[in-house]
Amino acid sequence: MSASMNSNLVSNHNTSSDVAANRLRRVLFHPLSRPLGALAVLLLIDFFMIPGFFRIEMKDGHLYGSVIDIVNRAAPLMLAALGMTLVIATRGIDISVGAVVAISGTIAAMLIGGTMVVNNGVPEYVSNIPMGWALAAALGVALLCGAWNGLLVATLGLQPIIATLILMVAGRGLAQLLTDGQIITVYYKPFFYLGSGYLWGLPFSLFIVAGMFVVLALLMRKTALGLFIQSVGINPVASRLAGIRTAALIFFVYIFCSLCAGLAGLMISANIKSADANNAGLLLELDAILAVTLGGTSLAGGKFSLVGSVIGALIIQALTYTIYSLGVPPEVNMVVKSVVVFLVCLSQSPEFRRLRLFKPAGSGH
Amino acid sequence: MKNFRSLLATPYFTSLVTVALLVVLFAMGSIAYDGFFSVQVVLNLLIDNAFLLVIGIGMTFVILSGGIDLSVGSVLALTTMISAYLLQSWHWHPLLVIVCVLALGGLFGAAMGVLIHFFKLQPFIVTLAGMFLARGLCYLISINSITIDDPLFVTMSQTRLELGLGDAFVSPSVVIAVLMLALAIYLAHYTRFGRAVYAVGGNEQSALLMGLPVGRTKVAIYAFSGFCAALAGVLFSFYMLSGYGLHAQGTELDAIAAVVIGGTLLTGGYGYVAGTLTGVLILGVIQTLIAFDGTLSSWWTKIVIGVLLFVFCLAQRLMSLGAAKAADANGAAAAVKPSVQAA
Repeated sequence: MSASMNSNLVSNHNTSSDVAANRLRRVLFHPLSRPLGALAVLLLIDFFMIPGFFRIEMKDGHLYGSVIDIVNRAAPLMLAALGMTLVIATRGIDISVGAVVAISGTIAAMLIGGTMVVNNGVPEYVSNIPMGWALAAALGVALLCGAWNGLLVATLGLQPIIATLILMVAGRGLAQLLTDGQIITVYYKPFFYLGSGYLWGLPFSLFIVAGMFVVLALLMRKTALGLFIQSVGINPVASRLAGIRTAALIFFVYIFCSLCAGLAGLMISANIKSADANNAGLLLELDAILAVTLGGTSLAGGKFSLVGSVIGALIIQALTYTIYSLGVPPEVNMVVKSVVVFLVCLSQSPEFRRLRLFKPAGSGH
Repeated sequence: MKNFRSLLATPYFTSLVTVALLVVLFAMGSIAYDGFFSVQVVLNLLIDNAFLLVIGIGMTFVILSGGIDLSVGSVLALTTMISAYLLQSWHWHPLLVIVCVLALGGLFGAAMGVLIHFFKLQPFIVTLAGMFLARGLCYLISINSITIDDPLFVTMSQTRLELGLGDAFVSPSVVIAVLMLALAIYLAHYTRFGRAVYAVGGNEQSALLMGLPVGRTKVAIYAFSGFCAALAGVLFSFYMLSGYGLHAQGTELDAIAAVVIGGTLLTGGYGYVAGTLTGVLILGVIQTLIAFDGTLSSWWTKIVIGVLLFVFCLAQRLMSLGAAKAADANGAAAAVKPSVQAA
């Protein structure tokens, strides 16, 4: 791609425009420019097609509006995508995310349960066990799931897709076993805060995602962890020979991914005020992988972008929102999504770029 | 010990283990439940899983070549949907419909194969997108289930082919699936195409250097898998007599599980098409056991399949580790000769 750009620049002898073009090129070829561009195009379509799309109102001290809604709904996906980014950066893949979402949501809902007790005419909500313990238990089980995946991939050396396929199949079965296939309703208000609460006028789930993102970004940028993960993704054998504890890193990455999925599961079940082991997080792993790919992280491992994955998740949610609000049948969503995946994958393929750039180069002669 | 290791390394060993497991599972069922030990129960395994067998056959070729095809379940659903639509709304002749959907399935697979081979995209992500696309197209046709009342389809659904063993019978779908299996075994083990599939799965670079048509083979493999998925879709519409976008969700995972349990290595280049039959039958026996028990719920199927997958992956891994160790030992012995080192 840069080759054709260069040839264009060479033909242009004006130096000042050279500098400007250079700057433009840096912006255009920044890894985040494509996902941001896609998001911008989507939002532009929304701006023209959906009246009042960008209107944000203040109601009862909360911010209301389509944009807030999109961000709030994208929160679980953003979390899952953050975890998936690290896994994909090590050349892995984790398709058990949806099952972990179901398991953690189910465990939290079962432990909290909750009943309404009327005390002196004042309704009070009582949970089965203190909410902190229930959340800790749910996240603990998610950690165990991650440890299982990590064990299979890092220690036994199974292919990531198959190793996590085991948990994907069995995990949802376990969650259904726990709930007996029923939907468990939660009657405990403080729990709902996780999914639909507001802090300083913004959805609380957003703060969880932001917190996770900041912690992760600091870990990746301020410590050598990010570099190690990239090197494992680029060449596992060379990294091991260079003294990086590859197995431990891969193990950590899968644990982290499951933890994110567990947290997303808590959010989802808090948002729908129940746990549905049959459908919670169904196909979430695919959306998460899609978000990571859209964000510019290559599935071949190596370089990764956390911001890109968050933007990818926002693109997916904005796309869903747009399709719903345009009155297009929601079923079209899947077709659009698949076309987007095909386009993004093709745009990442060097072979395709060569094919496309062949024409302008030829016409220049 | 050495004998044991060499036994482990024989190509037939995993296949023998799977067959043994199948027999053990069936024996357990026969002892535990009345009426389990009958020819009809065995034939029912085939009748209920004919479509899975056909999908598994296509998946075996894909996995043998070192790839994966996640779109098969959705292509199956799309096939039932298109057949139902063409039959019920456009009143096409059923045979024409079947030919059309089979061709469509093949084309769909071939298109994915082209993307995978010529643009060097990962099979996982391409077939994932294919899965979304096919499911989405189902809903574009209709979000409801379309019932099929075409006479040919109904006949295929209700015909019972007596086998001459008491009143044991199979459905025409079973015959089609078994013919397909025979064709696939022939393709895999007795044709140039089959050898190319194994070679590409073993090492694509080497296959290319050997002058094998890697590109053509890979596209053909995905086209074959798409064709198998479409054929499975036709069998499935015989079985269900309806087209529906929600049909066969998660079938791709069942198919992968059947192939893995059947002893095909996920890294490619090693395995038998016939092993997939064993894998499909094992999945079927588990479902039958759970159905006969009556107190166990359907999710136990998922848990047991997960456990089986784990055990078989573990066994495969240990086997290949053992093979690598043996190769290392040989390599160390050979390395004494400087000429080998130079090579």
